[in-house]
Amino acid sequence: MTDAGADPGAGRLTLTLGPVLFLWSEERWRDFYFRIADEADLDAVVIGETVCSKREHFHARAMDEVAERLTRAGKTVRLASLALVTAPRERKSVQRLAAQERFAVEIGELSAVPRLRGRPFAVGPMVNVYNAATAEVLAKLGATTICLPPELPLASLERICAQAPRVGIEVFAFGKVPLAISARCAHARFRGLTKDTCQFICGEDPDGVAVDTLDGQRFLALNGVQTVSGTCHVALDDIDGLRRAGVRGLRLSPQSCDMVAVAQIFRAVSERRLEAAVGRRRLAEIYPDVPFSNGFLHGRPGRELVAAGQAQ
Amino acid sequence: MQLICPAGTPAALRDAVDLGADAVYCGFRDETNARNFPGLNFSREELEREIAYAHSRQVHVLVAINTFMRAGSEALWERAVDDAVRLGADALILADLGLIAYTAERHPQARRHLSVQAGAANADHIGFLVEAFGIKRAVLPRVLSLTEVAALTREVPCETEVFVFGGLCVMEEGRCSLSSYATGLSPNMHGVCSPASHVRYRKDGEAMVSMLGDFTINRFGAGEAAGYPTICKGRFTAEGRDGYVFEDPVSLDALAHLDTLHKAGVSALKIEGRQRGRAYVAQVVKEIRRRLQSGSGAADGAEALRRMSEGQRTTEGSYDRRWR
Amino acid sequence: MLPPILRLLATPLPLPLVQGMAQASLTHILREHPGLFDRLGTFAARPIAISPTDAPFDFTLVLARRSVRVTRRGATPPAYATRICGPIVLLLALAEGRLDGDAEFFGRHISIEGDMETALALRNAAESIPLDFVRDLAPPWRWAQRPGQAVLGAVRRSLLEREGVPCN
Repeated sequence: MTDAGADPGAGRLTLTLGPVLFLWSEERWRDFYFRIADEADLDAVVIGETVCSKREHFHARAMDEVAERLTRAGKTVRLASLALVTAPRERKSVQRLAAQERFAVEIGELSAVPRLRGRPFAVGPMVNVYNAATAEVLAKLGATTICLPPELPLASLERICAQAPRVGIEVFAFGKVPLAISARCAHARFRGLTKDTCQFICGEDPDGVAVDTLDGQRFLALNGVQTVSGTCHVALDDIDGLRRAGVRGLRLSPQSCDMVAVAQIFRAVSERRLEAAVGRRRLAEIYPDVPFSNGFLHGRPGRELVAAGQAQ
Repeated sequence: MQLICPAGTPAALRDAVDLGADAVYCGFRDETNARNFPGLNFSREELEREIAYAHSRQVHVLVAINTFMRAGSEALWERAVDDAVRLGADALILADLGLIAYTAERHPQARRHLSVQAGAANADHIGFLVEAFGIKRAVLPRVLSLTEVAALTREVPCETEVFVFGGLCVMEEGRCSLSSYATGLSPNMHGVCSPASHVRYRKDGEAMVSMLGDFTINRFGAGEAAGYPTICKGRFTAEGRDGYVFEDPVSLDALAHLDTLHKAGVSALKIEGRQRGRAYVAQVVKEIRRRLQSGSGAADGAEALRRMSEGQRTTEGSYDRRWR
Repeated sequence: MLPPILRLLATPLPLPLVQGMAQASLTHILREHPGLFDRLGTFAARPIAISPTDAPFDFTLVLARRSVRVTRRGATPPAYATRICGPIVLLLALAEGRLDGDAEFFGRHISIEGDMETALALRNAAESIPLDFVRDLAPPWRWAQRPGQAVLGAVRRSLLEREGVPCN
């Protein structure tokens, strides 16, 4: 392990909890965030529906309550906007978010930007920031934090951090990776329904529907109109590399497992109180039966797991 | 409405020009465009020569520089923009926000189109980019219904261009990492989706199995029509059932709606397929020209287009709301 | 199936004769169309097997060396990076850009084994040159060119019509 004093890039990494990507019932969703507020060691929590506007009403009632409780617990709250905005209803939903000034907004695409009128905002991982030039354009418009697209390799993260130093760069570090979004709902279609007649069927699969190859390899998962990885991206072994690259924060994406414990492990490893290998073993107990991967960070297929020894 | 045709090689460009394209789109021979395939695309010299050819016949050449600048290699993309402008391109088709800003600053006079890869799917998003960077035309993602295309076209302060035939992205364009999840090479960074370097076909008895990297994407029975080995049109297993989870091997065909698109005020119709052969370009251009002129197509024309399609089947995709 | 006349011609042909004709044709075509190499780049060094499903021979090309080696189907062919199989008329029509390779692949009329990059590079390179077998393969002697082209042209026309490929 490197000595913190000898490492010039070594700052404290913030931990952000990303929005719940899956459709959880109102009760489960609220209880999840209450527990996060009360027990999790996190710096920021992003809440709101990013995947499908049809789901928004599920959490609308609990939203204020959850945001306030998280704030009282000392967490910075950001409200996330949808990643794919086409219908008038969806545009209104983005405009509503942009109009409120109580919490910072995390944009899922650019339509909110002009309405924020230069107020500080955060950028979610579905916005295509692949280089410092793009990060700078967004920074000029008011972006203070950018969670980069999960497919970016470490080499790119390093460049962006170095050349766009005024933005805090956050990296997707735990969870099934959002890989694609469609106008078509594969999830509803799989259950014999369509997007318009979906009956919120995706709510029955709080961790998505596993999609395997014909050979039985775990591959992807359906989450409504979104496709996520079948593997859980785990950047625990990469924390030192990310810190050296100038990354300021790690994003943990909620899965159907004990996220308080997940946050604890990431905090402990990032503060060098716990060996990454030990942390990884504990994660496998907390979130069993889901293969881990981190290939994206190493410029490899995202499905792959690059072992710690091979990581440089 | 203008007809915008694909050209992967100078020969295809000349075919398209001669057959009645209003504009042709093409890219340089590198990862600055979304069809970075072996042996495809244009050198600087070829582009210069072909722009002269097209211009002599009053046809425009649009240069696609529509991947995202890889951090640390930005110069490659900036040079592509500089060269396309210098060589007389009539418009640049761009996706990367940083590159759009660069172009607007360095070449304010160059006409800028928003690539479908930018994933701008609503009037607020497009309106913002028009305002900030002087975008003149937006190519709309294949996530919108015909009604939404019409409403958006009415509202945005720029021209719109829509895909009417060819490959169908099932996922929103420019925001799909399925290919890089399987191969490490991405449409956004490397300009390839299911790159040939990672594709293998294996015979299994009478069946043909397609592999992408380490993953089985499909298995075609004897004589069963095939498609590209893209993940969004692959066959998978979920809860014990095999099938096309996202979409079947199929291509987009919206030619039945040319009139609706015209009435909606759409400025340009785009044909996908820079990776396709000259025979494809010729067939598709001829058929669309015929329909634009006479209002209807010949029965054998539709059949020829179907045979050109993935899985020898077509769909109206998101233009038909029921597709969702 | 190959038309009877061609099958009749092909089956009893001695290998050395086919080898000689194939090599002469390739040498000539590559001299006529140097642009092919520009698009092929480093892929020109990779051996490509062309296996007409209706002829008894395999043709293994190494374009960088301007060489083709003909083997009888069933004999051990040279190692290849990529192999393209299909009816001979379709393969020739593809090379001339009369058909779209992807469409023929979707329809399962042709199949490809091995390295897809080489196959794509070859396809795109062939697409970019005005290959015309009648013009390119007519006898070199001036007195024989016109009648040679007429005969080859008639053969091509009838073959293409048989396969339902538009001929113009």
